[in-house]
Amino acid sequence: MSQTEHTEYYVPAQSPWPILGAIALFLIAVGAGTLVAQLGKTGEAGWGKWVLIVGIIAVLFMMIGWFRDQVIESRTGLHSQQLGVSYRQGMSWFIFSEVMFFAAFFGALFYARMISVPWLGGAGNNEMTNVVLWPNFQAMWPLTTTPDGTTTQAMGPMGLPLINTIILVVSSVTVHFAHVGLEQNKRKQLSNMLLLTIVLGCIFLFLQVEEYIHAYRDLGLKLDSGVYGNTFFLLTGFHGMHVTLGTLFLIVMYFRVLKGHFTPDNHFAFQAASWYWHFVDVVWLCLFVFVYVL
Amino acid sequence: MNSVTSTQDTAAHESDHGHDSHHAHHGPAKGIKRWLYTTNHKDIGTLYLWFAFIMFLTGGAMAMVIRAELFQPGLQIVEPHFFNQMTTVHGLIMVFGAVMPAFTGLANWMIPMMIGAPDMALPRMNNLSFWILPFAFLILLASLFVEGGGPAFGWTFYAPLSTTYSGDSTALFVFSVHIMGISSIMGAINVIVTIWNMRAPGMTWLKMPLFVWTWLITAFLLIAVMPVLAGAVTMVLTDKFFGTSFFDAAGGGDPVMFQHIFWFFGHPEVYIMILPAFGIISTIVPTFSRKKLFGYTSMVYATVSIAGLSFVVWAHHMFTTGMPVYAELFFMYCTMLISVPTGVKVFNWVATMWRGAISYEVPMLFSLAFIVLFTFGGFSGLMLAITPVDFQYHDTYFVVAHFHYVLVTGAIFSLIAAAYYWLPKWTGVMYDVGLAKLHFLVFTYFR
Ligand code: HEM
Ligand SMILES: [Cu+2]
Repeated sequence: MSQTEHTEYYVPAQSPWPILGAIALFLIAVGAGTLVAQLGKTGEAGWGKWVLIVGIIAVLFMMIGWFRDQVIESRTGLHSQQLGVSYRQGMSWFIFSEVMFFAAFFGALFYARMISVPWLGGAGNNEMTNVVLWPNFQAMWPLTTTPDGTTTQAMGPMGLPLINTIILVVSSVTVHFAHVGLEQNKRKQLSNMLLLTIVLGCIFLFLQVEEYIHAYRDLGLKLDSGVYGNTFFLLTGFHGMHVTLGTLFLIVMYFRVLKGHFTPDNHFAFQAASWYWHFVDVVWLCLFVFVYVL
Repeated sequence: MNSVTSTQDTAAHESDHGHDSHHAHHGPAKGIKRWLYTTNHKDIGTLYLWFAFIMFLTGGAMAMVIRAELFQPGLQIVEPHFFNQMTTVHGLIMVFGAVMPAFTGLANWMIPMMIGAPDMALPRMNNLSFWILPFAFLILLASLFVEGGGPAFGWTFYAPLSTTYSGDSTALFVFSVHIMGISSIMGAINVIVTIWNMRAPGMTWLKMPLFVWTWLITAFLLIAVMPVLAGAVTMVLTDKFFGTSFFDAAGGGDPVMFQHIFWFFGHPEVYIMILPAFGIISTIVPTFSRKKLFGYTSMVYATVSIAGLSFVVWAHHMFTTGMPVYAELFFMYCTMLISVPTGVKVFNWVATMWRGAISYEVPMLFSLAFIVLFTFGGFSGLMLAITPVDFQYHDTYFVVAHFHYVLVTGAIFSLIAAAYYWLPKWTGVMYDVGLAKLHFLVFTYFR
């Protein structure tokens, strides 16, 4: 961090993208809020749906514009090493915030398993809770019969979940090899490994959809089947959304690689995408252990 | 991590390219577009401060409604349901719309100048963080007018009030909190990265002004707990609209679980609102005592330990809602422990003034009031922290008094002190000292 570099930290000129982003988020929030309320009341999507769609389009438009500027700046050499550090630190903290988001749902899972379900079953000094409120309820996990009698079947770890675990772990390795290829300037290895990662990501998502269909159709495991179904679907669902984003991120990287972007020592965007992918992978491993196996 | 300089980069450094663009943000700025498109930390700081001020007045108007209704026992002016909306939205606005953005505004103005950085680390994201806020509060305020009224479940939106017994506007509330959270997280990332990566040569960690230190820790707390709040509102949303039962015993969940998740966010959140205030007071007191701050390093450690402890005390908000005895004791002792570093701070401020050449300028007056009244607030907190005592005080006006002492005479007074301290530097215009002192008298009197 020498003096000269410091004075040349790139401060971008005024930009229209952030305000567009704020408006887009506004539309998404209003649209989603109204949509959910309308769905809840009438079971039908009203105008909220359209606001939401416009918002999502606006966000995509904003991202394309913003990142285009960013790519141009990077490729004309405006980005100093110090700025690269800023981006990397920023990305790391963003991933940390995502970790905390998942932590909230894991927290709910642990609380339900370790505390609320046993207590409802009469553990500790909660004998009367069980006798008076839920006399026929027995604590168990997975919670296949809830206190109010909703029943479901549990999703075991074998079959699709195990296959998906293997797929994600392998994809973490392939994205690592892509990164190595980039650093050693082996472009062929880079693009092949990246493409392989993307394909694995898509297979994962496809199998995840299959698993949901299996859960709903064969097991009767639904979003509203008590706290087991709640945590199952919210954890795997948010994870799936992150895999989708990560895959899109990697696809964009793939096209940039084909266009000859990135050098062995200037590839923040690629690195961010691969970090994100590793993060998604680690979340899945925790999921697999705590949601499926244990 | 550090191998990013490419030949391209170096080339740019040698030409005057980088230099030009560094000055680009001083270029011609036109009308409203200057504020919409800006990437300048001072502009953005100003926006934050104005926004916080407007929200302060809005929330204040709601407080007037509350006070008017409480003027006499019994129902007189407003319906109970509307009253509850007013208290709820008053709380949300003051916390998320007034205090937090005001501190972020100060951070934007002061941190780059204090550490010798050209701007915030990620200027465009900085702009986005700000502009989300007006929209988020537009949604929150507009939700007061939808059918069934706005949020009426208290700023802590406990389940089942927010799930079973709330109106349709809850969905709007949830999404507006989501985008507020996005804004806070991006703002906090910017602060941390700026402090970590943009300090001028020679500005080592233990040379940083305390305002910078306290904001560094605050930003860390924000990134750690805002996502948890997002998780909490998401579960409220699915419980209310999609039939989940996170907070419903019938499906194996527990309403108390809501409180655990919320207060895991909520207690660090109160420190988010007070740590920057500590930073401000630690800047002003030495200036007007004409002495160096007493115990700088201990201040830094106190800040860090307050932040660390704030993660393990959340359940002092729920002593009465059902926990095993050992948990009650654990949270009680941790909470009492947190007053140790807080005490260190008060001690250091007093020691700084001790035998100093104190001059009672306006910022100093507000800071002194802060120290005295915040200490009251802290003591009342300590009383609440004692579990058996809290059984009596919980959900009474004693708690309301506690947090208004720490928030109004704590956070808000420090903000006013900061404004009087730094505004002349920013604008080059001195305020009317007489009027300002009157302002001080009026404010402290009404406390
Ligand atoms: C010495 C430090 C402190 C201690 C020991 C402390 C302790 C407590 C306790 C035990 C309660 C729960 C009371 C109840 O619900 O029965 C409480 C509530 C509260 N405290 Fe503190 N506190 C301290 C400092 C602060 C600070 C610095 C702030 C904010 C700037 C703050 C803001 C609040 C708020 C907002 C509530 C009430 C939340 C609600 O129920 O709506 N406290 N405090
Ligand atoms: Cu607390």
